[in-house]
Formats: sequence, C-alpha cells, structure tokens
Amino acid sequence: MEQLETTLAAIAAADTIEAVEALRVGALGKQGWVSALLKSLGGMTPEERTSTGPRIHAAREAVTAALTERRGALESAALEAKLAAETADLSLPAPTAPRGSVHPVSQVMDELAEIFADMGFAVATGPEIEDDWHNFTALNMPETHPARAMHDTFYFPDRDAQGRSMLLRTHTSPVQIRSMLSQGAPLRVIAPGRVYRSDSDATHTPMFHQIEGLVIDKGIHLGHLKWTLETFLKAFFERDDIVLRLRPSYFPFTEPSVEVDVGYTLVNGKRVVGGSGDAANGGWMEVLGSGMVNRKVIEFGGLDPNEWQGFAFGTGVDRLAMLKYGMDDLRPFFDGDVRWLQHYGFGALDVPTLSGGVGVLWGVRA
Amino acid sequence: MKFALSWLQALLDTKADAKAIAEKLTSLGLEIEGVEDASAALTQFKVARVLTAEKHPQADKLQVLSVDLGDGSPLQVVCGAPNARAGLVGVLGLPGAVVPANGMELRKSAIRGVESNGMMCSTRELGLGEEHDGIIELPADAPVGTSFADYLGSDPVFDVAITPNRPDCMGVHGIARDLAAAGLGVLKPIDAAHVPGTYPCPVEVRTDDPEGCPAFYGRVIRGVKNGPSPQWLQDRLKSAGQRPISALVDITNYVMLGYGRPAHAYDLAKLNGAVVARRAVEGETCLALNGKEYALQPWMTVIADDSGVHDIAGIMGGEHSGCSDETTDVLLEVAYFTPANIARTGQALALTSDARGRFERGVDPAFLDTGMDLLTSLILDICGGEPSEVIRAGTPPTDRKTLAYDPALAGNLGGIDVADSEQKRILAALGFEVAEDWTITVPTWRPDVDGAPDIVEEVIRVHGLDAVPSTPLPRADGVAKPTATAAQMQERRIRRAAASRGLNEAVTWSFLPTGEAEHFSEGNGGLWTLANPISEDLKTMRPSLLPGLLSATRRNLDRGATTVRLFEIGRRYLRGEGGASDEQPSLAVVLAGEAQARGWATGKAKPFDAFDAKAEALALLAEAGAPVENLQVMGEAGSQFHPGQSATLRLGPKTVLARFGLLHPTTAKAFDLSSPVAVVELFLDRIPARKGPGSFARPHYAPPALQAVTRDYAFLVPAALPAGDLLRAVRGADKANVVAARVFDDFRGQGVPEGQKSLAVEVTLQPVEKSYDEAALKAISDKIVAAGAKLGGVLRA
Repeated sequence: MEQLETTLAAIAAADTIEAVEALRVGALGKQGWVSALLKSLGGMTPEERTSTGPRIHAAREAVTAALTERRGALESAALEAKLAAETADLSLPAPTAPRGSVHPVSQVMDELAEIFADMGFAVATGPEIEDDWHNFTALNMPETHPARAMHDTFYFPDRDAQGRSMLLRTHTSPVQIRSMLSQGAPLRVIAPGRVYRSDSDATHTPMFHQIEGLVIDKGIHLGHLKWTLETFLKAFFERDDIVLRLRPSYFPFTEPSVEVDVGYTLVNGKRVVGGSGDAANGGWMEVLGSGMVNRKVIEFGGLDPNEWQGFAFGTGVDRLAMLKYGMDDLRPFFDGDVRWLQHYGFGALDVPTLSGGVGVLWGVRA
Repeated sequence: MKFALSWLQALLDTKADAKAIAEKLTSLGLEIEGVEDASAALTQFKVARVLTAEKHPQADKLQVLSVDLGDGSPLQVVCGAPNARAGLVGVLGLPGAVVPANGMELRKSAIRGVESNGMMCSTRELGLGEEHDGIIELPADAPVGTSFADYLGSDPVFDVAITPNRPDCMGVHGIARDLAAAGLGVLKPIDAAHVPGTYPCPVEVRTDDPEGCPAFYGRVIRGVKNGPSPQWLQDRLKSAGQRPISALVDITNYVMLGYGRPAHAYDLAKLNGAVVARRAVEGETCLALNGKEYALQPWMTVIADDSGVHDIAGIMGGEHSGCSDETTDVLLEVAYFTPANIARTGQALALTSDARGRFERGVDPAFLDTGMDLLTSLILDICGGEPSEVIRAGTPPTDRKTLAYDPALAGNLGGIDVADSEQKRILAALGFEVAEDWTITVPTWRPDVDGAPDIVEEVIRVHGLDAVPSTPLPRADGVAKPTATAAQMQERRIRRAAASRGLNEAVTWSFLPTGEAEHFSEGNGGLWTLANPISEDLKTMRPSLLPGLLSATRRNLDRGATTVRLFEIGRRYLRGEGGASDEQPSLAVVLAGEAQARGWATGKAKPFDAFDAKAEALALLAEAGAPVENLQVMGEAGSQFHPGQSATLRLGPKTVLARFGLLHPTTAKAFDLSSPVAVVELFLDRIPARKGPGSFARPHYAPPALQAVTRDYAFLVPAALPAGDLLRAVRGADKANVVAARVFDDFRGQGVPEGQKSLAVEVTLQPVEKSYDEAALKAISDKIVAAGAKLGGVLRA
C-alpha cells in the first residue's frame, strides 16, 4: 500500500485540474490501482477479505476524498483568478434615472384635500371661463357694485346664450353657487383652482390659485367658521400654537364678513406661522377672507336662507405654499424652471397622509 | 382714507392715544394700514435763527450762514436757499440727523471749501409737504433751540382702509361715530347752525333728471374773497393727503373728507342761465378739472347751464366753471346722485375721484342741509360774503329702512351671545333706532344695511370678534369617508406616476400669445381671446398645454439645461354649448435635449426620439386607467408634429386618447427650439370611465401549472406594413394559445428584397390542459403563418 502514500502526495502536489484527473484515472479508473485492489477482493478467502478489505476500502476513500478536496481547491483558485481579472472600478458612476417632481401647488392642494376630507369636505370644481352672473351677480355683486371694479377682471368679448358676459373667474367663489345649485344642502366642499386678476408685480401674478371652502347646514355660525379655520391651519402647518385674529370686513357674498389674520413669529428675519401676533417678535398677517354666507347668495344657490345658513372662506394656495415651504417670490411658480421645480418640488412618493403628517419635511429625501 | 389725530379729536371727545385708536379701528373693521407720525423723524432737527448771511466766497448761489441755536455758540452753515437771510427763523438739521425725504444722514462737511455744520431744511426735505423753493420760515417768536418735533407737536396720521360698504366712514365724522360706539369717546355734535339767506337765490337751480339726480340744493354766496385757506385747514387737508388749492376749493374738500359729503363750488360769473342737473345729450363732451375731455353718453347725468355741460355730475367738476382767486360770487351745489348711475358713468369713463367713490357707495341723503350749512359757515368765516336763500330742487330719498331683528341671531349666526341691553346700546350708538319689538330703523347714512345679518355684524364687530368662541363642526361617526371623485383620483395618480418616471411638473399660464394658441388650435371650435389682456403674451386661452411647456422648455435650454423633461396637468379651453366654455383635463409632456447624457459606458449623448414619447404616453395612459392593450396606433397626430414620426393612440377608430411623437421642425422653430423635441398630449377627458361601482376583490387567478413555450417567427412583409398590424394578426391567430407576441427585430438590407422588411416576432404559447406535442405546435404555427400571410407576410426560411 505504499502506492497510497505516493498517490496522496501526488494529489496534494497536483497543480492543474487535468493532473488531478490523471491521478484519479490512475487510482480509481478501470485500470487504476485502487480498482485493481478492489477487484482482487473477489479472489480472497473470507479471512483475507476481513483483514485486507477494510484497508482497501479505506484507501479508496482516502484517495477519493483527497481528489475531491484538491479539485475543489484548484477550481476555487481558478475562479478567484478569473474574477480577479474581471475587477470593475466601482467608483465609476452608475446609470442614473432622472428625478421627477410634483409642483408645490399640486402638493399643497393634495395636502388641503387630505385635511379637509377628514373634516368631511369634498373637492368641487367649476369653469375658469365663467359668466358674470356666477362670478358676480349671484355673489351679490350687481352690475354697478363698486366691488366689481376692484376685481381687476379679465373679460372676453363673448356673451353666452343668456347674454351674460364671459370673463375669467376672479375668485373660486362661483363654485359656491354651482355647488349649491347642483348638490343642494347640507354641503361641505372645498374648491381649489386657478383664478385670474389683471394685476402683476412681485406678489401678484395675473393667474394664481385659490381655495374656497363652503359649509351649508343648519345652525352653522361664526364660531364654527373660526374652529374650522383654526383646525385647518393647525393641521396644515402642523403646529398647535396657531393663533387667529378675526377682523370685521366686507365681502358682498358674506354677511357678517370676517378677515382672518394669523399670528407669526420672526425667526432669522423670516415669518414663521405660529404664536400670537401681539408677541414681542410677532405680527399678524392676513391669510383668509371669510364670513357667513349672505342670504341672497344662498337664494341664488337655490336654497331657502330661512332654513339653511353657513360659512365660506377663501385663501391663496400659492401663498400657503410660500408660507409653509419658504419660497419668497411668486413668479417662479409659473416659469417652469427645472432647477426651481427640483428644489421646491416634491417626490412622487410624498403623498400627503394624516398618519404621516400632510407636510413634507425638508431633507427627508436626499 | 387718511386723517390726523387732531382732526379726529375735533369731532370725538376722547382721551385714547393713537395706538389705542388704531387698534380699535382695526377691530371695528376699519383696517389700519399705517399710522404715521411725521414728528417722530424730526427729533434731530432744531428751531434755529439765522444771525448773519454772507455770500459764499466760491459760489454765487450759496451763502454762508451763522445760525443760532440759543446756546450762545452759533454754528456756521452753508445754504443754497434763495430765502435764507439774517433774522429768518427756520429748521436746522444737525450732523447725525436723517433727512426724512431721502433717508440721508447729515454730516459735518466742507462745501466748496467752507465748513458746514448742518443743513437748513425745506418743507419737502422734512417730509411735511411739497414746498421746496426755499427753507422753512417759522414765526419770528418760535422758540430757538427747541426740537422741531416738539415745536410741531405730535399729530399722528391714520391711514384707514374703508371697505366699499361703508360710505359713512369716508368722512372723519363717521369714523368718530364708530369709535364712540365702541367706547372710545363721545361723538361731538356737528357744529353747523343754519345760516339764513338774506336774498333769494339769483340763479335758477333745477333737476331735470330725477332718476340720476333726485335732489339738487343750491345757494349763492356773494362778495367772497378767495385766497389761500387758513393754516389749520391746510394742515388737515395735508394730513389727508390733499394739496391745498384755494379757500373755496379747500372748504368743499374739507366737508367731503370730514363728513363724507362731496359738494361743488361754481364761480357764478362763469355760469350762464339756469343750472340744471340733466341727462347728457349725444355728442356732448365735458372738459373736466383734470384737464381731460370726456365724451358723454346720453344716460349720464351732468350739470349744465345755457352754455353747456360744466360738470360730470357727482364725479368731477369742469375746467371752465371752477373757482379761482378772482372769484367773488359762488354757487354751491349740494346734490344727491343715484349710486348706480354714478358707478356706471365712472366705469364707462374710467374716471375715478373722491366724489365718485362716495356717491357710488351712497352718501347720506339726509345730510344735504347740514352739508350746505357747514359749507356756508366755513365760507362766511374764511372768505366772508353774503349768502342767498337755499334752493331745494327735488327730494333726496331719505326714507329709512326698517328691519325685523331677533337678538338671538347674534349667537345663532354670529356665534357669540351678546346681552340684549348691550345690543341695544351698540345699535343706538351707531344711529339705529330699536323698537320694543326689535324692529330696527336704519340710519340714512347706512345704505349697506338691509337685513338682519347686517345687524348681527354691527353688534358683533362693536362687541368684539375676539370673543367668538371656536365651535367644532359636527363630525360624522367613524373614520372620515373618502371624498375624492374618480377624476380627481385619476389626476392624482398620473401626476405622481409622471413624477416617478422622472418628469418635472410645471404650472404654466392658461393664456398664450394668440399666434401660439392658433398654432395648436385646429379642431377646437374657436379660441377664447381676452378683450383686455395684461399683455400680448397673455392673451388667448390655451387650446393645448403644449405651447406653454414648449416656451418653458426654451427658457430652460436658454439657461443651459442639457435635458428637459416637463409635464403639466391642466385644462385646455374649448368652446362649449350655449356660449359656455368647455374646459377639459389634459396632460402634456415635453422631452428635449439629451435623453441620455454621454457616459463612460453608454458612449455619446442620445437625443429623445418618438419612442421616448410613446413610452410616456402608454405608461401614463395605463396609470390613468385607459385600456392600453386595446389601443390602436394610428396617424394624423396633427400638423404640429413630424409627419413621419408621430402618431395617435386611439380607442376605436375615432376616439383619440393621446398623440405623441417628434415635433414638426416648423413648430420647433416657432418656439426657438432646434434639437429634436418629443412631446405627448393626453386627453384625459376621453378615457372611458370605469363601469360599475368597483370592487376590492380581484377575479380569481391561479398561475398555469404547465410551462409556457416561446417560438420565433420571422416574416418578410411589405416595408410599409406597420409592425403593430402584424402583431395584432399574430395575437389574434389563436387566442386560446397565443398569450403574447413581441417584435424583437426589424431588419432591412442584405438578404431582404427591396421594398420589404423582415419582422421577427417572439410568440408565447401557453398550454392549458396538457403540454404541446409536435402536432399541436404545428397546428398553432400554421395559424400564425396564415395570419401573417393575410397581410402579405412570408415566413422566412
């Protein structure tokens, strides 16, 4: 059995898979010496078999194991060598996908829809090319009303089949009339959308976005309006220290009419919504116009003002976006500058939810 | 509306300071826009006497003054004012003082080589008026050395925004009434005794237009002497931002600003015959005080005499009949004009004035006599003269409205319970009469009040809106119900799908330059074009979202962007029925610049092509719920598109859900775009709505137990055959077995005859009950080959 020692030594020394294979054939192949020994077992006496058999089997196992191990080692080494030759410079850039974004106005409208849905408000819409009946008359602004002139209205030369002048809606309030006429009462809707005024400077663009809110029900009063606006602003800015100041005002479509200021605090020279406007480093800024819906407007909406009453409010969506997300110029909103859109826009997955907070913190997405 | 504290104090007995008054005004709904105290900026300026004035050695127009501040050490000051002279008492700004008019800080300096230790100031420099012809001259006994702020005394000016419903507060007196009702003082009675006339009015005064001018009161005052008005009157007008003109004009302005009562003073010498309120006659014009000529319409009310129109009634007086320094006899006009007529006339003439602002909102119709008395007393005091009797033509509408009111409404509508006694007190203080049964009589100066909610507003605004308690809206049981409509959900989905595909959402103007709108207007039934656009660039409502995005794309490329992937979701504006608009939801995508930047692995930069557009169109249509599997790719994308590299996606032959492709080079050029631009337009309104109520549960599905088989078929087909047609034929060849088919090669050239192409299709076959044997596969293959053959396709060997 000195052959065993020689074979094992040869296997250990084999440095190619081919050499290992040759050794396997020499030992375990048909003509191999181990095979020859195994064959010799047949010619042995039982006693010889008992004494020699285990040694022969042990030799076979030892050779088999040595071959497997050596082959494995050589294969691994070969693979390592192959892989080493395939080294890639992973500091090179990977393929990138372009980064899309959702416009802040869309994002804020989604946030508003989410907040108001929780308070039972649906989203209503109406045409932007309106007639003067819906935009003015039905909102208690007859033709000679001084407030009409204050609206800086864009007119079309056209009239509709009823002879009404066509114009670009100056506010989202005509949706109040359309909602009452189409849905009746009780009613809770918000109506976000584009509105138009013939006005242009750093804080005014001829097109901007408003959101209107309308509640028509029984027993609704100014206290409900105040609560609704407080609740909405707390949810929108995700702050509990929202303080409102109600000021009497005038809108033809509400009576009483209330202008709503929200307290802000100056932080590093910027207005941050929250805190009392009467505090040392605070102030008030006008954010909403509102009031109890004028009885005439309820009538124009096809409802009985002795039975139904409610409140309405309106505010600028772009302005809310600016206050929350820190833009200080309105004009780039409508410019489509990709750099601005990527900086101030939102990710596709930033879907506002109540459980996650409707807002998107800066830096959540790198 | 601006006025000084001292003016308010003349009408309201109050101890409140400016801050308290300002806060109360805002809380009453008379919003304070600012409180300015000119004296606050003048503490660094001193009353000073010029002791000597010598010619400047180097400059003809300058003088070197020695100025005394009363401390015994006169200062040397260089001054260029023509009126600077020895003995003059004026105002000296010392080094460190900031000049209010220009914000410059004064410094000790040398002017043409002569040291100057301050500046003698003009009225304009101190922000006290327009006067700049010379330095301020104070009375000789003004206390030299005292601060000019102290000398002037503090008289803050309030700037109040008056809402259009409060004509009564377009005079200081009305504001004082509101403050008194809110407990900030006691309203003083108006000091205007009736001055009886001593002779009949020598001019006939008449109204021939009782609709536009229900009442026209007139009176002549003879023998007046016009000239500058007294200082107190000038100061009050200046605090209101008005320029003093002459006593007669100033007095009418004073009564307007103080009491909300516009009036007009005519120079009697310039009138000819009866003075009549009447409708204008077609073709008449009026040269108004602003120097402009206005063409009048026959429904406008004017004041005219035998010579013609003098005055656009209630809006602006005429150039020819106003008072001047030579005026000796005046005719006073105190009239009531119907608000709606004034508004319409003012709008038609595009003419605003203080008088119009008041008449169109509605002046107090019961104040004509008091107004006449105020004017008369002031004129007699200041200009002298002798008044005639008053002619009263017509009757002002002084009937007072009565309203039924229930004090419980303060709580039920206003949300705040106010005691009945307090409600009565508030209403009485505002001039309302409250009967036992709560019938309320509205004062003549409150035309805006015509219903119970108005009374609620009066009560709660004076009581204080701060006291309104927050009251939760009733909430439906359980978790809030979904409220979004299917269309809203669709819009939200595709917006975020587009963003997730790397597109940036833009919001562009709804209006376009007309030419750009026209370029995209085909088949839209006519454009909406504004009559009064803010500019030619923002004139016509967009019939498509593409032009706005193309312009945004150009701006981005101009700024150096290498790739632009913009989308927008919004309305396109079409013509609807009955003259209404038809506004439909749309989505547009513009891809421009590099689709892929040059890269170490990918080589050269690659531009966008029509297939990039197709990929977006299909992906977004799928998100929008469109049946993309059933869509046909057809032509006729429109003249704006590259005729060979654009298509429509249709549901059936007529319903175009989308168009996409490369822009026509002519279109691109019109938008200053040079490289290939791929665009998509989705017509969201045309995507069919899902049928039925919908269910959360999905149809049953179990993955097939048997493995699918793929087979490749290469067809030689006519080069013009759309691959999609071949695919549809292959898919339809054996619907039970063919579950998918995909073109993986389109080859022309060597081995393919001229006029033909080779399309290679990978077909996926799905056995259902048992695996395919050779015979089954052959049967399917035969059907596929036959389907290809129908389109002229020959299986390649």
